[in-house]
Order: sequence, then structure tokens, then C-alpha cells
Amino acid sequence: MTANGAVEHSFYNQVLEATPNGERLRLCLQCGDCSGICPFGYLMIHPPSRMIAHLRADQFEKVLDTDTVWMCVSCYACTAVCPAQIPLTPGLMARTKEELILAGNVPTELQSALENSQRYGNPLGESPRKRADWATGILPEVKILGKVRQPVDVLWFVGDYSSYHPRVQLITKALTKILNALGVDFGILGPEESSDGDSQRLAGERGLFEMLAEKNGMAFSKYEFNEIITTDPHAYNAIKNEYPGLDISYPIRHYTEFLADRLDQLKPLLKHEVKAKVAYHDPCYLGRANEIYEQPRAILQAIPGLELVEMSHNHKNSLCCGGGGGGMWLDGFQWEKAHVRLSEWRVSEALAAGAEILAVACPYESPRFEDAAKTVQGAGQLKVRDIAELLVEAMGN
Amino acid sequence: MNQDIYVVIEHLRGQVAEISFVMLAGAHELAKGLGGNVVAVLLGHKAQALAGNPSAGAGQYLAADKVLSLDHPALADFTSDAYQKVLTDLISKDQPRAVLFGSTSIGTDLASTLSIKLGLPMVSSCRSFSTDGKFISQICGGKIMAEGDLPGPTALVTMVPGGYKAEQGQSAQSPAVTEIEVPALESLRVTLASYIEPESGDVDIAKEPLLVSVGRGIQNQDNIVLAEELAQALGGAVSGSRPVIDQGWLATSRLVGKSGKSVKPKVYLAMGISGAPEHVEGITNSDTIIAINTDPAAPIFGVAKYGSEIDLFDLIEILTEKVKQSKGG
Amino acid sequence: MNIVVLVKLVPDLVEELTIDTSGVALDTAWLRLIINEFDDHAIEQGILLKEGGGGVVTVVAPDIEGVDDVLFTAAAKGADRLIKIKGDFAGVNNHALARAFSAVVKELQPDLVLTGVQANNDLDGSVGPLLAGCLEMPYVGYISGVSLSEGKSKIRKEYPGGLIAEMDVTLPAVLGIQAAEQPPRYVAVSKVRQMMKTSTIEERTASGLDMAGGPTISRMFQTEAGQRATMLTGSPDEVATKLVGIFKELGVL
Repeated sequence: MTANGAVEHSFYNQVLEATPNGERLRLCLQCGDCSGICPFGYLMIHPPSRMIAHLRADQFEKVLDTDTVWMCVSCYACTAVCPAQIPLTPGLMARTKEELILAGNVPTELQSALENSQRYGNPLGESPRKRADWATGILPEVKILGKVRQPVDVLWFVGDYSSYHPRVQLITKALTKILNALGVDFGILGPEESSDGDSQRLAGERGLFEMLAEKNGMAFSKYEFNEIITTDPHAYNAIKNEYPGLDISYPIRHYTEFLADRLDQLKPLLKHEVKAKVAYHDPCYLGRANEIYEQPRAILQAIPGLELVEMSHNHKNSLCCGGGGGGMWLDGFQWEKAHVRLSEWRVSEALAAGAEILAVACPYESPRFEDAAKTVQGAGQLKVRDIAELLVEAMGN
Repeated sequence: MNQDIYVVIEHLRGQVAEISFVMLAGAHELAKGLGGNVVAVLLGHKAQALAGNPSAGAGQYLAADKVLSLDHPALADFTSDAYQKVLTDLISKDQPRAVLFGSTSIGTDLASTLSIKLGLPMVSSCRSFSTDGKFISQICGGKIMAEGDLPGPTALVTMVPGGYKAEQGQSAQSPAVTEIEVPALESLRVTLASYIEPESGDVDIAKEPLLVSVGRGIQNQDNIVLAEELAQALGGAVSGSRPVIDQGWLATSRLVGKSGKSVKPKVYLAMGISGAPEHVEGITNSDTIIAINTDPAAPIFGVAKYGSEIDLFDLIEILTEKVKQSKGG
Repeated sequence: MNIVVLVKLVPDLVEELTIDTSGVALDTAWLRLIINEFDDHAIEQGILLKEGGGGVVTVVAPDIEGVDDVLFTAAAKGADRLIKIKGDFAGVNNHALARAFSAVVKELQPDLVLTGVQANNDLDGSVGPLLAGCLEMPYVGYISGVSLSEGKSKIRKEYPGGLIAEMDVTLPAVLGIQAAEQPPRYVAVSKVRQMMKTSTIEERTASGLDMAGGPTISRMFQTEAGQRATMLTGSPDEVATKLVGIFKELGVL
């Protein structure tokens, strides 16, 4: 930005150069599909198509003067629908947020999450030394690679919320049970693990993302393992799609891909019925961004007694829970503008589909949907369960 | 040199601050072991009545063996330069065993600078003394205590509340007041321009019998209404800790704690408040503190009589409902 | 306006604090040191004053682990000069630190010195007023607003209960900042990294660290949890019922 706040033409060029396929920005038809499909588009003074219009008219400072880009939850809906295939989410939206951060325009909640990520390696501000505390008391003992110093077959990248958030720790423990039951040889980084950085990247902190990625890269390089798995679609997206650009390349799968491969081994263990209508919520970064739709469903359908129902927004046009792109740390800000939460919208859809259980596969989702279920009329009985938790229920543990 | 303990009385706009009584209580504990007098030092202008008149309530005077009054127009309101000059003079002449200051906006403007100017040792954040002449200070958010012998020849000590109750520094008898000559006070580098009143809240939380107090755990401004409904049902008011006020979710007049108000309700219901010392300072005079916090290690549980780890959002509306029912409303 | 900001690094209370084997000091093995949050406000206030009225902001800190990052971050926010004071600061008290700072401040001849009003590990007073004593400058603390004019400053001093006193302070002076006029700004990691490449940290050496004036600690210990609260357990319904019972007992219902 120039001294008087005007954005130089270089911003346009930077988006073109910095993002893979960024030059497609030139092909925008101004069709408005992006603004229409954006779940908060109606609240943005400058939704995506209008941002591009301003950019082309060389008056982008008008966009930077408003704070509505912080309503963007990086859900990828715009990117997925764009007929010109412009990388709107990672390019335009993330770069605009970056400009705002450089200018010091950051909502307070987000600021703390970013500062905590820098200082503690996690946005929650928890001590890094306690990152593996969730595993205390579990038998067989969860292998922390720094202590155990042996090669393992699978490195489980646990993630921030899965490590520290009390609700999500239950899911982490559930997956531990499953991996042990399948005899998987796995280990975790524990205190050496830092936030994957993907949400921070999409919230506009490219420098912070790179710093976190570098730390994780150094930790990975110390140990021997064949592949990485994770319950977190954001970590999955980062390690699969973004880390290689920083010369950190490892094969990674989401745990649903990993378990879907082992369904034959898993099925005999699912002895108990989970008799319920279950709606599966496609997480933005597993589904839309990485096109993994069938494996989670295959696992759910393997659970005896379970009836899978689809919500009206499913697969590619799934509705974001509102947690991405910094949304997890913009709740107060977004609430004040919208007075509606995307998670509540989604919970209503689950009810409309006749679901008794809303199944999730991303660590942001269970706390968000459970909070939403408390406020949505009629959702009092709706349960929110991660696929791993349903598997453990079916295993009868 | 004598074994007297001097206490620099803090007063603001005609009211003696509670910390003054806490310091007097501490001074008496120290004096027990040292055998000296407790001397209240009152700087001001025509403020002698403060020694003999209570700040509030009936018949409580400064519990001191004597009061030294230093009267000068330039001392009418606290300013650091003038107070420092007067105290430099007094302390170097009298050489008491210790001088106690509040760890406050007034006391901390004075003690450290005097320590350097007079070459006297100082101790800060002192919570209490032992009769064998030790100070006990608290640091690091109240998590760590440090103990040591009171340094000499004259120790300058800043005190925090919590170790003594104000009543222990109050007496039924009014102490004798002696006027002390004040040195010339010219070319003062710090002068008072004006006071700015806090926003007049509709409510004075210091007078409320029941407070529903919210901290960071309330998460955002829209949830404050849940606290208001509960407070209304219980016949009390809503207050908050610093993070809530800093975010603008509650007016400054609702702030409880070191930089806000000290409250003394019958019941203080702390919801989503961790209990940092700066906040706890403002609630120690509550009759009963009840704390709701999902973190079992939250320091608030150390001062609360009852507590629950339940999520405040799971509890608050049900509680409001049950309170209304029990009132038949 | 020549503004100097003094910064201290203090224990991060997020980590568990333990006492070392000597029994009189904090165990430094797992101690994380971070910028004193009030000093962070002082930096912000200094930058705001520079943005408002021009001038130079110099940030000075003792050379201990983590100081480079703190100084480069200040530069990324707008500080012009960065100075670190070399010396053995392990276990050093505020009196010694203030004396070390005063030598550098004398050299810089500022109009205004800003520092945080207190720090969480202060046991022998705070750096600001100690420094004011060394330099014979006026000191006012608990500041939440500062404006400058030729030779003097108008400040807002906080008292309990939200009362504020507006005072005039002649310059040069030392001010103890409670809160900057706006919360410390966020600075992008990329900007800090850029500063690491383009800014330099000047060095000064402390000529001996004189701790006279501080107390001798004979024992340091962790606070006991105290008499813990009676915990109420159960479902929200059960806890709410128990609370109503307690309210009745206490006579508020």
C-alpha cells in the first residue's frame, strides 16, 4: 500500500503471481455467482465479484476501507462455483485479508488467535508443553516420537483443537481406540507439533503460516514414518497442498481415507448397532476443497443400524459451519454483523432432513454445532458426533 | 532512629481509601514484634478531619497511635512531585523503621522514587507481615509468594490488599493529631488540571446486595443479556471483570477489581471469571462468592465458597428459570 | 519529540511456574519470557505519539533470551531505534535494571520516557519510578492518555472506580503506562521478518549491575490453592437446583 492508503496496481499483480492459477482473475465475467453462493455475501459491502470490479477500476482502497472481508469464512463455495475457475478463496480473499492485517485492521479476537499461534504454536493460547496431555492415562501408551525415538508406520498429526479443546479431545481419544483396535503402529509429535497454520494463512497471515509450517517441517524431518494421517481437514489441506510449496512434502491422508481403506478389517469390530438417522456434514476442506465425499459415507454406512440421510446442501455445495478462514476466532465480530450463525443454519438443515445425529469429520465442527443445537428451536435432541465417535460406539467400547 | 511504622494514608476527594486501613492493620502486626508506634501520615490541605472522621460507616477512625498532619494547599490533591518532596523531608528527618504505601495509583507514584532518592531499600506487593518482622509478598499473578526479612534501616513497603481486613485497621478512638511543618513547595513539575468523573452508571455496583459478574467466559456482548436476566430475577445487578469492560461489553462503572470498584455484596456470582488477583482484590469483602468456570484450576475457586465446573451457558438460563419459579413468578 | 520506551521481559504466566533448587528464585528451565504487557502498551503509546506529532521512538531492553524478537516487533510497529543493553541480567532486580537503563537514557536525552506502570515479577518497586529517581525526573504512573506540547505533557491518570485525573507534567518526564490510547496493534509476522533483515539493534554495555535497594528473599513458594470451594456437580438442572437452595440459605431468595 502507498502512504496515502491507495493500493498500487501491484496488489492485482501480486494476487495473479502469488496464487496458483491467479492469472485467471483476468477472466472474471462479473457473473456474480460467487457473491450469490457466499453464505455471508449478503452482508458484505463488497462481496467477491464486487471486489474484483473495484480491483479492475483501480479503486481497491474502497474495499480495504471496510471490514466486511472479515465475514469471509474461507469456505471455498465461491471458488468451487466460479465458471472462470478463479482461485478466489486462497487468492483474492486471503490476499485482501493480508492487506488489512498489514494495515493493522484486525478484529481483536482474531488478533489474539494470531498472537497466540505465534507465541505458543496454537491459537488457543495453551502451553505447548501440554499439547499431548490428552493422551495421559491412555493404555497402551500413545507414542510421543520425541520420547520413543523409534520409526513408526503412521505419524498422526493431531492438530490444535483436537489436542486442547475438551470436547474435541473426546474425538481424539476415540480415534486412538480405533487405531489401537486395528493394530496401527502410530506416533504423535506431541509438544513438538505446531498448528498446521492453514486457517491463519487464509485469515491473511502468510508469514505466520510459513513460520508454523517450517517448525512442523523441522519436526517431521527428525523422525521416520511412512505416512501422515490427521482428523483435521485444515491440516490435511495444508500438508497436502501448501507445505510442498515450502519444500515440505509428505504423503498425507485424512483419517476417513485411511479407515475407508481398512473397512474390511474394521467391519467385524462394529458389533453394536447405532440405530439412528445420521446426516453427514461435508467439511469444506475435506469435501469441496479436496473432493473427499465418499469415504466418510462408506464408513458411516458400514455401521450397523445406521441410516444415512442427506441434507439439502451436501457434497460439493455443503454449507460451511462458519469456522474456517479465521471464522473460529471471529465469532463475536461476525455475530454482531449477522445475528445468525452458519452453524445454526446447518443444524436446522439436519433437523429438516430428519436426522437424529449430525455426523462430522472436522475438529471445528463439534463445538460449533453443539453450541448451535442449544439455540436452534427443536434441536434439543440432536446429537453431534464425529465419525470416530460413532465407530467407537459401534465397537462397543 | 526509631522502630515506628509510618503509614502514608491514601485519600481521594474527601474519602479515605480502604487500603489505608489495610496498611494500618499490617503496621500493627509489624509493630507488635518491633515495639514501635503506628504512625499515620496524612498529607493534604485541611484534611485533618479524615483522621478523626470515618470514610463511611459509623465510628471508625484510623487505628494509629498518632497522626502526623502535613498541611499545605499544594497537597490538597495528590500529585507525585509535591508528595515526594514532603515525604523525602519527613522520612529523612524521622527515620522510622518502615514506611508503608499502597500498591496503588498513589503509593506506587512515590515509593520507588523515594527508595532511590533516599537510598533506602524497598519491598513491593507485600500482602502481610509476620510478627517476627518478615514481609510476605505476592507476584506473578498471585501464583508465587516471596518472603524475607524486612530490610533496614528504613524499609519502604508497598502493600496490596488481601492479607488484612479493613476493620483490623479501624479504631473506635480518634487518634491524636500533630501538625508537622511542610517544606516550601515551589516549581512543582506535576500539577492537577481537573478530575474526570466516571460515566454515571445507572447502578452503583458497590451498593448492590447481589452481583452476577461476567468475565471472558461470556464470550461476546450478546450473551450479556443472559446475565442481566439472571441478575434481574435475583434482584441484583450485572458487573464484570476487566476483559469484558475493555471490550466495551459493559460500562466502566460495572468494573470490579483493582482498577474498578471494590464490592461487598451478600452474594457474588462469578461466571466465566478466572479470578486473577486484580479482580479478586475487588471482591474479598463479599459475604459469599460462588464461581462458575469450566477450568478446575481457575484461581477463583480458591476464594469462592461454592463452585461448579459446569459450562455457564448450560446453566444460566435454567438457573434463571428456577429462580423465577421459586419466587412464584 | 524524542521518546524513549523501556521494555522488560517477564515470566509468561501461561506456563507453570516452579521454584528452583535454591528455594529463593523461579526455576528458569521451562520459564518462557515474554514482553511485559504494560511495556507493550508503552510501545504502542510511543508510536501513537510519534504518529500524531512526529518524533523519534527508541526502544531499549536488557539483553536476555527473546529480546531480539521483541525489539524487531517494535520496529515493525514503527520504532526508529532499537537498543539492547548487554550484561548478566539473570536474577537481577529492578533497582539494577533501572540503573542500567538510566545510563542509556542519559545518553539519549529524551523529552519523554515511557514504560509499563508495573510488571508481574516486581518485588522491589517498578522500573519507571526507580528510573525517575535516578534521573531526577518527575514520574506519574497509571497513565491511560498522553498528549504533548512544547516542554510539557498533559496526562490522564487512572484512579479506582473509573475516576481520572488530568495532570500537567513538565518535560522531560517518566510516565508509567497502564493502557495505551488504543490496544497494542497487531503486526504481521512477515513484517517482523522483514525488520530482522533491514533493522539493526544497537548495543550498549551495562557497567556492573548494582542491586542495592532491593530486598533479600529468604523463601519463595507457590501459593496454596487455599481452602477450595465446595464444588457442585451434576446436570445443569441439578446444579441450578442446588444453587437455588444456596441462595435461599443465604437469604437472597
